[in-house]
Amino acid sequence: MERFSDLLDDLYFTNSNLAKEMILTQYLRATPDPDRGWALAAISGTLSFDLFKRNVIKSLMMERMDPVLFDMARDYVGEMSETVALAWPQSPDAVRLNRLPDLHEVIAEFQARDKAGIRDYLINLLDNMSPPQRWALLKLGTRGLRIGMSARTVKQTLAKMKDVEIDIIESVWHGLTPPYTELFAWIDGKADLPDMSDVVTFSPVMLAHPIDEEKDLPRITPQTHIAEWKWDGIRVQVSSTGKETKIFSRKGEDISGSFPDLAQAIDFRGVIDGELLVKPNGEIGSFNDLQQRLNKKKPGKSLMEKLPAHVIAYDIIEQDGVSQRALPLSQRRSALAELVATHENERIDMSEDLTFSDTDDLRNLRKQAAQTGGLIEGVMIKDLSSLYVSGRPKHAWYKWKRDPFLLDAVLMYARRGTGKRSSFYSDYTFGLWNDEGELLPIGKAYFGFTDEELKEIDNWIRRNKTQRFGPVQEVKKELVFEVAFDAAQISKRHKSGFALRFPRIHRIRWDKPANEADRLDALAALLGQ
Amino acid sequence: MQVRPQGLYYVPADAYIDPHDAVGRAIITHGHADHARDGHGEVFATPETLEIMRTRYYLKDETQETGLAYGTRHDLGNGVTLWFASAGHILGSAQAVLEYNGTRIVAAGDYKRHPDPTCTPFEVVPCDVFITEATFALPVFQHPPLEAEVEKLLRSLRALPHRTHIVGVYALGKCQRLMKTLRLAGYEEPFYMHGALKRLTELYEGYGQDFGAWELVSEIPRADKHVFQGKIVLCPPAQINDRWSRRFADPLPTVASGWMQIRARARQKRAEMALVVSDHADWGDLIRTCEETGADNIWITHGRVEALQYALEQRGMKAKALNLIGRDESVE
Repeated sequence: MERFSDLLDDLYFTNSNLAKEMILTQYLRATPDPDRGWALAAISGTLSFDLFKRNVIKSLMMERMDPVLFDMARDYVGEMSETVALAWPQSPDAVRLNRLPDLHEVIAEFQARDKAGIRDYLINLLDNMSPPQRWALLKLGTRGLRIGMSARTVKQTLAKMKDVEIDIIESVWHGLTPPYTELFAWIDGKADLPDMSDVVTFSPVMLAHPIDEEKDLPRITPQTHIAEWKWDGIRVQVSSTGKETKIFSRKGEDISGSFPDLAQAIDFRGVIDGELLVKPNGEIGSFNDLQQRLNKKKPGKSLMEKLPAHVIAYDIIEQDGVSQRALPLSQRRSALAELVATHENERIDMSEDLTFSDTDDLRNLRKQAAQTGGLIEGVMIKDLSSLYVSGRPKHAWYKWKRDPFLLDAVLMYARRGTGKRSSFYSDYTFGLWNDEGELLPIGKAYFGFTDEELKEIDNWIRRNKTQRFGPVQEVKKELVFEVAFDAAQISKRHKSGFALRFPRIHRIRWDKPANEADRLDALAALLGQ
Repeated sequence: MQVRPQGLYYVPADAYIDPHDAVGRAIITHGHADHARDGHGEVFATPETLEIMRTRYYLKDETQETGLAYGTRHDLGNGVTLWFASAGHILGSAQAVLEYNGTRIVAAGDYKRHPDPTCTPFEVVPCDVFITEATFALPVFQHPPLEAEVEKLLRSLRALPHRTHIVGVYALGKCQRLMKTLRLAGYEEPFYMHGALKRLTELYEGYGQDFGAWELVSEIPRADKHVFQGKIVLCPPAQINDRWSRRFADPLPTVASGWMQIRARARQKRAEMALVVSDHADWGDLIRTCEETGADNIWITHGRVEALQYALEQRGMKAKALNLIGRDESVE
């Protein structure tokens, strides 16, 4: 338990991902099974049970501490677990332990005990722990760990430990359960990679390069390439054994729970790569519509009827347990077409092959995409001979996005960046004017500028500070950014009523007076309102 | 005793205790900037505190200084006697003991009870009225032993030998206490120091403190970034994530402060390592000290006043909030 607590402290206070990876690697190498596996589960959020409930902690505290003082302390600290961790008063008849139990012993002990037993054990541990250890225990037990390490970074760490591509980890990750002993046996070279053939797992996806119009377009012919719409939904993988179906996001996150209507409709055995969208009233809906489903972990029946989930299939990765990755795209598309046709299903259709004879046709398609009100983001162009390779292989798939929207917005707030940019103000919140002459924030961006420009902006911010709100620095409303973005949506969460997709700084308009920046009407106009 | 806009005023001696504006007669408990100010006509303090004030240009030629070593009694006139008892806060820090008409008032200034190799330990002075601070007066503040925090820093130096450990410390007291404790824990490398910490460190050395070898960062050529890798660089807290720290290869910003016990506070400062190093009494020590003085009345100057007052009253003591303004909590 001591080492687990040290690990969490080290990770919590480290800002850079690289340093976090190093810290986690050292821990995983030095710690025996099954402790390291439980720690891995706690960090990547794959524990499936609470060790104790939050109200148990609270009631223990109320028995031990004046409630007025506890409330004052919690208000000051801002959080219950940490308040308890710091303020826990030793029991007068505390039972001293010679050593703290190991992480796996703690987990097994809590699971084996009944309600009263859980209380006693929790008291005994808290009495014997230091504040950071108590914090680790309380966060572990209630599954409330937030240490700023994504599941992706955790997998990256494991991949580096074995010196393999992250895909290999991804390919088994979703079939494994804590404490991950088979995984570590493989990493240590004592066993083969766990066999996941009967388990529904995520299979790492293939991605496209942005097209280089000069170099790439001349290569493209209707004989060698296909063109498809690039839909503005989310890229998903539908993976099914025929009995069990899971839907994974592009990064391997299991989002089946949000889309049971789609998962239940799958009756083939295979893995499909496609775009997840919703179809209100039988028509493909906007990303904004999809967002309403994405936000719901357990969607209600009426929401599912109003916004039914739908997949536009791009590719097939596996069929009847056989990987299709090594087949050329032309053959995979035929197989996909056959599968979609034989398993007639209103929730899946296949992405259309767009007809073109030359690059002018492709240019026209891209222009058409720009007139779909954001439903279509652009055109995908894929080499028919391309194999399905995870990552971003060269000259296989291209994406050709429609031109971004541009607006002149005014810098309002800035935050310091992390890693290489630590201590530089590099995260910017900007806004547009409303009718009352008020600036309302419409988005944040932290890239799109060069290192040189970053220094200039940083310098400007330091000279134009106004108020400070914790880490957020407010500045004089005088600097104009030309902001590029892919789409705008109506958003109730933002005061301006809009949210931008993929905003970035396109240009810094040092020359432009802030009062000449765009107004919110301009954004509304883009949305066709 | 009155609370006036300039600060705490002791009527029988016509003197202020740690006033934050210039006054005619000031009793100064210690050299931190929120207690010691410039421009007073007459100053009473320990010799060490006077020396600190002189180094910081708080004393002018025309200032009338009276240096009183711990325990030395001084007649303030009108039947008032002043003497200083050690407060254990920083070098020269003192509790002001005022005796008048058979009543003894102790104004403790800032104090701590945890051991500190760079200053004299706190002395409990039985009194009728005890005037205490409440900076860390919440049950969540239970300061760990400094050795454990120093060990955390040493562990990190071993685990991340390529990173420059930049430790933000207040220039007076905390800097020297941390250096000394690191030496006692066996750290043998030179300390690299921001210029702002130099004069007060030399002042401590003048009182016989030995911090081993230290060098100014500014005296090492900019190109020699590798010199600092895996070493400790000390600077004022504001510098750990500022331009100054950009000169180091792979810096690891660390803050040493009592506030660091609260994780969110450490994150706000963008500290990657939080060392709980406090020169104030923690919750348990505040209450224990109030009890040990045997005082009938406890007056609370600044900090989490409400919580301490509540806790003392729950224990049957008479406690009153003075609500002094102007004490800067970020200076801890």
